Amino acid sequence: MNAPLTAADGESLKVKLARERRNKQLKAIALVAPLALFLLLTFLVPIAMLLKRSVDNPEVITYLPQTSAEIASWDRRGLPSEAVFAAMARDLTVAKEQKTVSEISKRLNMDISGFRSLIQRSARKMPLEVAAGESVRDQFIAMDERWGDPDHWHVIAKNAKSWTPYYLYSSLDLRETKAGTPELAPEEERAFLSIFGRTLWMSMWITLISVLLGYPIAYWLANLPARKSNLLMILVLLPFWTSVLVRVASWIVLLQQEGLINSALMGLGIIGEPLQLAFNRTGVYIAMVHILLPFVILPAYSVMKSIPPTYMRAAISLGDHPFAAFWKIYFPQTVAGVAAGALLVFIMCMGYYITPALLGGPQEQMVSYYVAFYTNVTINWGMAAALGSLLLVATMTLYAVYSKLVGANKLSLG
Amino acid sequence: MGISTPASDTLVSFRGVQKSYDGESLIVKHLDLDIRRGEFLTMLGPSGSGKTTCLMMLAGFETPTHGEIRLDGQLLNNVPPHKRNIGMVFQNYALFPHMTVAENLAYPLTIRKMNKSEIAERVKKALGMVKLDALAHRYPGQMSGGQQQRVALARALVFEPQLVLMDEPLGALDKQLREHMQLEIKHIHENLGITVVYVTHDQGEALTMSDRVAVFKDGVIQQIDAANVLYEAPVNSFVANFIGENNTLHGEVVDVAGQHCAVRLASGEVVKASAICVGRNGEPTSMSIRPERVRLNQLAEACENRLKAKLAEFIYFGDHVRLRLDVAGQSGFMVKVPVGELDSSWKTGDMLDVGWMARDIRALDSAIVSH
Repeated sequence: MNAPLTAADGESLKVKLARERRNKQLKAIALVAPLALFLLLTFLVPIAMLLKRSVDNPEVITYLPQTSAEIASWDRRGLPSEAVFAAMARDLTVAKEQKTVSEISKRLNMDISGFRSLIQRSARKMPLEVAAGESVRDQFIAMDERWGDPDHWHVIAKNAKSWTPYYLYSSLDLRETKAGTPELAPEEERAFLSIFGRTLWMSMWITLISVLLGYPIAYWLANLPARKSNLLMILVLLPFWTSVLVRVASWIVLLQQEGLINSALMGLGIIGEPLQLAFNRTGVYIAMVHILLPFVILPAYSVMKSIPPTYMRAAISLGDHPFAAFWKIYFPQTVAGVAAGALLVFIMCMGYYITPALLGGPQEQMVSYYVAFYTNVTINWGMAAALGSLLLVATMTLYAVYSKLVGANKLSLG
Repeated sequence: MGISTPASDTLVSFRGVQKSYDGESLIVKHLDLDIRRGEFLTMLGPSGSGKTTCLMMLAGFETPTHGEIRLDGQLLNNVPPHKRNIGMVFQNYALFPHMTVAENLAYPLTIRKMNKSEIAERVKKALGMVKLDALAHRYPGQMSGGQQQRVALARALVFEPQLVLMDEPLGALDKQLREHMQLEIKHIHENLGITVVYVTHDQGEALTMSDRVAVFKDGVIQQIDAANVLYEAPVNSFVANFIGENNTLHGEVVDVAGQHCAVRLASGEVVKASAICVGRNGEPTSMSIRPERVRLNQLAEACENRLKAKLAEFIYFGDHVRLRLDVAGQSGFMVKVPVGELDSSWKTGDMLDVGWMARDIRALDSAIVSH
């Protein structure tokens, strides 16, 4: 009774169906593959590398291999054994020959300043000539008494593994105690927590201002006749078609002390002395809101456009005052679109670089500025990657919280 | 039905109402209309005829450019829509998508500051009325079009308005469901005794449901009457063509005598017709006769008017067959024949006798209307 159904040629129907489905799937995969590959190479792989860089710690283990092996058995009390000193002597000799001393010294100098000169000076004296029965340790200490300080050896021991939380800790104003647990750095050394805080704070304000300005515009556009709203939409989109750099430059022209706005206001006698509009937070807010406003308007507009006017009419015909009806009926339906726009603006703000860099003072620089600083100026890839990773994590966390609040399925980009 | 009681007084009155959107043309030219208490009045007309504008003026979403609208004696012109206490059902249902069915129904009651138990009771009652008790906690998006339409209906009735407006409420439903809902709305109207003003462009819907139908064209009511009067006694050729199926014969008035007139067709035959809307002798007229009033061959012998017709086409409809005839040189003349009365020897090209009584053919204005 339950014999498998077969097609006219005797083959099982199930087999035929499965083959057909497989063919369809292969076709789909073939269509998606180029883009998937592109994204893998240009998006996923770089992000993975970024994350790896933020904990990558290759210097000590690569250039002091014997020391790294020997120091592993050190009990962290007093000075390391004679064998560790001997290994160090051999490693430094090799490093001197291969001209890798600067790599080691630079890395170790991050933990203790002055380590650079110690390593370089000692390397210059390599190879050590050790007479029989003489202690390598004593020779090292005689060379520079800092070798007799266990702290320096702790740093080497800490970095004798291929990964380190150092950069991530530093990015959060933390440092590693000797026990390996993180603790808050002393107040005068803290910097990044306040920079992260500032980044979030400024992003929040820019998002808020953009939503407050963009919502009424989107509402107005959505309720205009199509011909007019298309024309005005072009005006909204116009800024998209000019380079951000050009726009920031024109804001500088407008906002600076002798700029158009100040001279016009002074000419009209409204103000006595020029307002500080550029190179402070005001300037950054003005320019960033201007640049990011379309990202609120567009999703809000597209959501509003899809709400038929009959909802409001229905609410009014049921006896509700038009304002109350707007708040109870219209507004809740636009939340998803506005939230999507706001999220977009917020995320873009978090990583914004050019506008604060050009229009802000030192107090307006956000995390991205320091990423650029570590990448371009000090060539400290570890710090740049750690800051970038934390920014990524912060953004993703916010997105998660956000979609929990708004409901990810309701989030619509139009 | 409300219409039968002569004491039924006026609930809504339009007096000299005009509406223009652009200041150049009038979408409602001149409207004088009394809607009786408890009546089911349908505004029927093609799109752009001004029927929806009239409804929107009554609801308060449009203001009349001129004239007065009164509800229960009170002048409505300056009453904002949210204070009119008029229920309204929209074509696209307009159920609030972020609220459940129960919340949608409770909305007008909450605004009227009723207490919770009363709201719950009324919502329950309204849902029972449209037979959706089980779906109170669904969202509109989870329901079918027909169910949504019922909720919209219940919402417009739940706060017990004295007047309910319906703007093509069944337009988005499929035919079968539409016919079912027509009856359901009609029964609700009969049970509650409310006054309903219903807008549609579907004449079948208008005939099925209404006490009276107002036929709109170009911003003017052409005729307002009960469904059977509209169908049997249209006052002009627009109404004759818009309501139901109609055959038109064009001719020229040759004699008017009392209620009857004689009309000469282009082919020379003279037809005797009821004179409803004709000019003087020599003026053109179009005569209207319903397909079911036309008799064929032997049945036509007793008729006052008899003509020869050429059978052009059979159209099969299951319960009946329509014959398309060429009569007096005018094509497109339809006759309905029940399947049982069909003569199997007929074939296309045959000449048949057609006939009709003078009372069944109405000589109307000659306006050329595209049906």
